[in-house]
Amino acid sequence: MMNFLNTWGLVLTIFLPLAGALVMMAIPKQSEGAIKLVALGAPLAAAAMGILLMLNFDYGDSENLQFMVNKNWIELINSNFILGLDGLSLPLLALTLFIVPLVVIYSWQHVPNPGNPKAFFTLMLILETAMIGSFLAQDLILFFVFFEVTLLPMYFLIGVWGGEQRRYASIKFFLYTLFGSAFMIVAFVALYFLAKAPTGIALEQLRALGGSYADMQAGDPLHSFGMQALTYSGAAGIAKTTAIVIFGGMFLGFGIKVPMFPFHTWLPDAHTQAPTQGSVILAAVLLKLGTYGFIRIAIPILPVAARAWAPIIGILAVIGIIYGALGCLAQTDMKRLIAFSSVSHMGYTMLGISTLTAFGLNAAVFGMVAHGLITGLLFFVAGSVKERYHTLDIKRLGGLLISAPKMGWILGFATMASLGLPGLAGFWGEFPAILSAYDPAVGLNVALFRTLMVLAAVGTVLAAGYLLWLYQRTAFGTPSEEFANDPNITDVNKFEWMAWSPILAGIVILGFFPGLIFNVAGPAVEVIARTVGG
Amino acid sequence: MIATLLQLLPEADFVSPTIDWHAIAPEMVILVGSLVLILLDSVKLEKAKPFMPTLASLVLLGALIPVITLAVDGSTRVLFGGSYVVDSMSLVLKALFLVSAYIVVLMSTNYVADGDYWESEYYSLIVAAVLGMLVMCSARDLIMIFVALELLSIPAYMLAAWRKGDEKSNEAGLKYYLMGVFASAVLLYGMSLIYGVGRSTRLDVIAGNLMRIGDGRGAPIVTLAMIFVIIGFAFKVSAVPFHTWAPDTYEGAPTPVTAFLAVASKTAGFVALIQIVFYCFAARPDIIQPVFAVLAILSMTVGNLIALKQTNVVRMLAYSGIAQAGFMLAPFAVIETNREQALSSIVIYLVIYAAMNLGAFAVIIAISRKTRSAEITSLGGLFSYMPGLTVAMTIFLASLAGIPPFGGWYAKFGIWQALIGGNTALGYALAIIMAINTVVAAYYYLNVAKTMWFDEAPDGDTTPVKIPFSLIGAMGITVVATVLFGVLPGLLTNISDFTPIAAALGR
Repeated sequence: MMNFLNTWGLVLTIFLPLAGALVMMAIPKQSEGAIKLVALGAPLAAAAMGILLMLNFDYGDSENLQFMVNKNWIELINSNFILGLDGLSLPLLALTLFIVPLVVIYSWQHVPNPGNPKAFFTLMLILETAMIGSFLAQDLILFFVFFEVTLLPMYFLIGVWGGEQRRYASIKFFLYTLFGSAFMIVAFVALYFLAKAPTGIALEQLRALGGSYADMQAGDPLHSFGMQALTYSGAAGIAKTTAIVIFGGMFLGFGIKVPMFPFHTWLPDAHTQAPTQGSVILAAVLLKLGTYGFIRIAIPILPVAARAWAPIIGILAVIGIIYGALGCLAQTDMKRLIAFSSVSHMGYTMLGISTLTAFGLNAAVFGMVAHGLITGLLFFVAGSVKERYHTLDIKRLGGLLISAPKMGWILGFATMASLGLPGLAGFWGEFPAILSAYDPAVGLNVALFRTLMVLAAVGTVLAAGYLLWLYQRTAFGTPSEEFANDPNITDVNKFEWMAWSPILAGIVILGFFPGLIFNVAGPAVEVIARTVGG
Repeated sequence: MIATLLQLLPEADFVSPTIDWHAIAPEMVILVGSLVLILLDSVKLEKAKPFMPTLASLVLLGALIPVITLAVDGSTRVLFGGSYVVDSMSLVLKALFLVSAYIVVLMSTNYVADGDYWESEYYSLIVAAVLGMLVMCSARDLIMIFVALELLSIPAYMLAAWRKGDEKSNEAGLKYYLMGVFASAVLLYGMSLIYGVGRSTRLDVIAGNLMRIGDGRGAPIVTLAMIFVIIGFAFKVSAVPFHTWAPDTYEGAPTPVTAFLAVASKTAGFVALIQIVFYCFAARPDIIQPVFAVLAILSMTVGNLIALKQTNVVRMLAYSGIAQAGFMLAPFAVIETNREQALSSIVIYLVIYAAMNLGAFAVIIAISRKTRSAEITSLGGLFSYMPGLTVAMTIFLASLAGIPPFGGWYAKFGIWQALIGGNTALGYALAIIMAINTVVAAYYYLNVAKTMWFDEAPDGDTTPVKIPFSLIGAMGITVVATVLFGVLPGLLTNISDFTPIAAALGR
């Protein structure tokens, strides 16, 4: 069993959805039943594979990569097909494997206009492969390829199945992300040429990787894209100013994806125009590629530059928190409001990251998962509201608790979780992130970070404000006349229950047992925090 | 009289060279093949017509056999006193030309027959042009390069004007011809100056002499000559500001010919540039690096900006081709510090560019069988009635935009690697300008994808059209190549690792 998992586990988890997509292409368009069966079967198979991996994962050793696969890929540039799972990747892998089948179940009843389930699910499965691949890749080029592969399926999901302004929103999403990743790849290539073998213990660790590293001397050019090797090197041999510029390239790539203020403008459009399923995947998983990139790649590989950038990241994160919250207060569209709340919530994650401490990074990892579940649920509910009311204009909605009480309660639950109510997952994503800013890594400006902490705390008040305001205007009161006796407005149906109840359970479980993630991710982020000296 | 003249000749002076027939076997197959095509045509005019595409394909694929045997043999063969060299790089390029031409023949088969154009001449001209391209791959001599260039250009002038009844096609042919001849004149003038200061026609000998001259007597002439030669080829590869012929020619020429010009002919221009720059001008990087940097920046920026405004998909591809040429010109600007990677990144780009661009043209030909137009709006709603074609086109467009997992990403990556690996300020600047241009280019490629996927069919006509088998074959080969090169770029890097060759150049 272990042998099988060690060789095939990660590969199968990544490529089972893709295999499903290929099978689906062979099924004629008319046989919708078979298409949906494959659409659900492939992510479930991947999830089963993932559960097997998690059961056999050595949690006592979660700071090290497990089930590693290392095969030659592009020899000329020494880029290899390296996969690995550690405590940092595991929560995000679990999140992806968890969300995608639920999205498929939600789509069971009907695929958004203009239909064509075959194409819809094919794209979704390709997207899943790319997302899982990004979280497991341990080679910069492999990561880049998976990272970029997420673009096209999402572009088409928004552009074909989206709302009225889908054309504008999809191209904006695409160009923004591509702009960032073009600079990211330039930064990767620069790392390849400039990074040198380190000295001391790091050199021993590097040599232990074997292969071409086995007999490297300190100062030898590394010529590698391997994340492990580059992390051990820790940008040895790169001048500080150069490292800061290289970090800037990665900052553009990851920061746009998160999205950080001021690169966030693509997000409200993409979220608002995307079909419900697209919004959920975008919020739950795709945004996390950015934050994950910071923790996995940018910070450990360029620790010195990370310290120089940390105040800037922290300031932008807090601007994002406040700006996103104020943006929420100005919205008249429910989906757009949730989108702006994403900007605000990802700000907390980035604030945690910017402290460069194990505590802050751990909070960020938790925040990613919590935000994925909660905002995913919010977008699900918004989608179902839209389906019934044919509008998301907050002014016209109201009385959801009367017309569809169960849905009203679920929305209430999600808003409470989102504003960080203790006992639900959102709390553990937000509160420790704020707290971590009290005591940033050694060498960072404590006064600045404590100011940021206060401002971020103000953000939580604003968050409570806009979320309660949203809930009050949509759920309380009596339904307006136009919807009072609308027969289309029904309560939660069975597919919605099947899709949402696991998320509801997840939010509660993580709320009560935050250790489920803190303990897994803890050792892994501790190693990273140590490399930056925090 | 003659007898006395003959007596005057020194007797043992001329030794006929020993010819390595294996080394020039591909060229011989093509030469014989094109003669057979012409002869068949003149003997049995009408009866042979339907077999012409098949015959042309056989000739092209037949020539591939000696290329493969030579590659298996692996040794570098030097002929004619060093002016003709068959090495691993030339074999990769020869194979590229043969396969590209084969795909063009596949694309032409029904187009030429349905349009009722002259068939036999069409194929013999294509095969003749391929002969010029093959010679170009091995030419290490100014005269050899010039002859190869003319041999591949003159058939192309005629092919561009093949749709005789059409004004635009005539315009295309004439413009291409006039600009081409003008470029040849500039090139030839530059070559004559090079010969004057370099005292030989052989590239390696000239390189040595140029290095000896350095900044001394004759240096201004060297500069002038190099710039003239580069400008001559810049016309051929349609680099800005010498690109003005390309959009009109591409739009007016029959679409398979456009594909041939955009891919094979442009590649040949680049091969010529590679030969003359890497084997000769590299002796003076201080002169050529700024020239190439300017050409590259202008081409990628201007090409992309104009492509944004195009409403015709062929014109769009023409301008995008100009921008892509800009990307390929960029590594020439780091030739001094990163010669090996510059060389192999250009060759890899050429191979991937051929696959994706030929594929895009094949899809356009297939679609225009229905729409009878190449306007971007006519592609509206294609996804709803021809999903297969739409997916194929999307793959090619995404590849051209440089999005993984399709070949284009590795092509661009290779260029970035070459630019940054050179570790010069110019290289970094080019890498960043290229990154910005990549995003601009993505916009207009996606614009086409958007029309196909998101828009409605313009006239509500959604009956799928039957696509001939040969065209499906052309698309199949290019799709497989585009995806394969993107997923496993190692396949390409292994055959294009020219480190030993490029290192030998450094001397």
